[in-house]
Amino acid sequence: MKEQETLEQRLSGQGVSRRAFLKFCAAMATMMALPPSSASAIATALAKAKRPSVIWLSFQECTGCTESLTRSHSPTLESLIFDMISLDYHHTLQAASGFAAEQARDDAMKAFYGQYLLLVDGSIPLKDGGVYSTIAGRTNLDMLEEAAKGAAAIIAVGSCAAFGGLPNAQPNPTGAVPVSDIVKDKLIVNISGCPPIPAVITGVLAHYLTFGELPALDELGRPKAFYGETIHDRCYRRPFYDQGKFAKTFDDEGARNGWCLYELGCKGPTTHNACATTKWNGGAGFPIEAGHGCIGCSEPKFWDAGSFYTPLSAPAADVTTVAQAAAVIGAGAAIALSAVDRAKKRKAQQAREKLTVEDLKGS
Amino acid sequence: MSLQDIHIKVADAHSVGNLDAILNEIATRLGDYVAGGETSLIDLKSLPFSADEYERLRAKLGRGEVTARLDSIGDSEIYETRFPGVWWVTHYNVEGDIVADLIEIASVPAIVHSQPEDVHIGLAHLRHILAHPASSDEVTK
Amino acid sequence: MDQELLLWMRGAGLQIASAVFVLGMSYRMLHLLMLGRKKSLAAARGSEWAGGLRTMWRRSFVLPRLSPRGKFTVVAGYLFHIGFFVTLFFLSQHIALFRAVFGFGWPALPRGAIDIAAVLSIAAMIALLAHRLVDPVKRLLSDFQDYLTWALSFLPLLTGFMLLREIGFEYVTLLTLHIASVELLLIVSPFTKLAHMFSTFIARWYNGAVNGFKGIQT
Repeated sequence: MKEQETLEQRLSGQGVSRRAFLKFCAAMATMMALPPSSASAIATALAKAKRPSVIWLSFQECTGCTESLTRSHSPTLESLIFDMISLDYHHTLQAASGFAAEQARDDAMKAFYGQYLLLVDGSIPLKDGGVYSTIAGRTNLDMLEEAAKGAAAIIAVGSCAAFGGLPNAQPNPTGAVPVSDIVKDKLIVNISGCPPIPAVITGVLAHYLTFGELPALDELGRPKAFYGETIHDRCYRRPFYDQGKFAKTFDDEGARNGWCLYELGCKGPTTHNACATTKWNGGAGFPIEAGHGCIGCSEPKFWDAGSFYTPLSAPAADVTTVAQAAAVIGAGAAIALSAVDRAKKRKAQQAREKLTVEDLKGS
Repeated sequence: MSLQDIHIKVADAHSVGNLDAILNEIATRLGDYVAGGETSLIDLKSLPFSADEYERLRAKLGRGEVTARLDSIGDSEIYETRFPGVWWVTHYNVEGDIVADLIEIASVPAIVHSQPEDVHIGLAHLRHILAHPASSDEVTK
Repeated sequence: MDQELLLWMRGAGLQIASAVFVLGMSYRMLHLLMLGRKKSLAAARGSEWAGGLRTMWRRSFVLPRLSPRGKFTVVAGYLFHIGFFVTLFFLSQHIALFRAVFGFGWPALPRGAIDIAAVLSIAAMIALLAHRLVDPVKRLLSDFQDYLTWALSFLPLLTGFMLLREIGFEYVTLLTLHIASVELLLIVSPFTKLAHMFSTFIARWYNGAVNGFKGIQT
């Protein structure tokens, strides 16, 4: 098992100066979207932090979330976070394989029962007993239920684990469900996104390590610090939206001038994520900055929310055909009922007794 | 059609409005510092800048007399802007990515100060060298 | 608010509302036209069409001949209608909707112009409601349908205004409310006096035609 020395002891042992540690804490404050003045509070807390055991279970996923994290930034600064945790099981990243790896996981779960952090990426298929995703002969469902029992907290990484993601999209052939559909008695943090911004993943981990608890969550279980605002709220192209300057195609004058991408289907207004401020690829940019509208990947069921290129004000279904059919039916009904009216009129005319001179003369 | 045929257009200087907002914020905080000695930090990464605006902020704030470089788990660039008391602190990782980008209102940024723990370790080491002259040629950290 | 609800409103909800609106209006207008008029056995003394067309145009300019109450109603009414149409047909986001449904769009007006039009329209609506409640004649004549149609026409303007500025609620909530208010308007319109959106000029034509036939100056 791993030692339980504090971060301060470990850094000092590695010859990392206190000043360097403070620089690291300043970076953590930025990463956790906390006010920069909290760096010293973070330093105090982190200095005493122990290394929690982390079990990472990958289920029905594309590995994009793991890629996002490992591709992320630097070897040294953020890997300090991974130095700060003891990643006891991650079947993609770990060197061990086979039974030895599975045994290591079981041992870690036993040794740190009630204390380990459980990270999950990928959805869990339920159809046909869950056979569509298994590891070492065990279904994902089985592994999750067992691992969840002894977890201090569960972090669902990526839209698949958080909301079901791509496998869950219509027609959902494997019966994929999110973690929250299976684990009902533990706190689950949903770090949604396809993939999530790596800084958000590490930011949540950092928060847990620093404060010993999970950050404040919104009604979908996402950390408010990163998902509290929509892309639209922080988009640098917002002034163009407010002025009504929209790009109409991907290569027109408006697009080249960096105008708003609303008409090209941007879902920024209805999507909660930190892309507009935290950005991607070490702050290089985000989809809108690269000229493509937001696809809403951190919201539930975004795969089934209509075309990525249909603007929010346009219908998400075929209205034209429906309206045409309605016009035909309406007109048809009018013609039919008018014919009935006319027939009635004619009958009334024919049935009408004609007034004669005799009637007028007579009694 | 090759890449060269695609006409490059540099974006116009459209202000997001953040430039004025942040300059006002800096002025307010500098005022607070002058009045009560209260230091503060502004996290530039939490604000939505267009690339153009960011550079205009740097140009507007300019450079003052002092520049410092921190060389620890990546570089950090620290300099006083042309407004004394307004410092720009940028932390990089070893790959050269920005991991923190701050405006600090103080007489000197906190990261520049020597830390008491490090001073203690340094003093112990210096005393060790003085007590054992033979090992003073070692490269130390 | 729920993203799934918003998706339904933009999908099936809009289909249902459009179907009711188009079916209702096309039935009502066609039926109206096909009801026909009683054939006049007199000789025509003037042109029906000339009379009809003239009246369609001239009825728009009756202001000087009205009472103060009438003047107020017509001026406020014009402000409301013009502002409503400018907002509905010349805001970029709406044109994107029409382009998706009709297959073609048209140039938009600058946001500033739309903002002015919308504000004037909302102000006019509030003034019209106030007048309807305060003026004794109007109050006597007003029934449930009058207030209902006022609310149905006002809500899209209000919710749209709030949506563009994200006032009061989250964007998802505001967009859902705005679309809901529009769908409500669409569904109820064919069954109320709001059908005048299609019948007004037809009615004016009829009036003019009848008089034109009789040789009356229209």
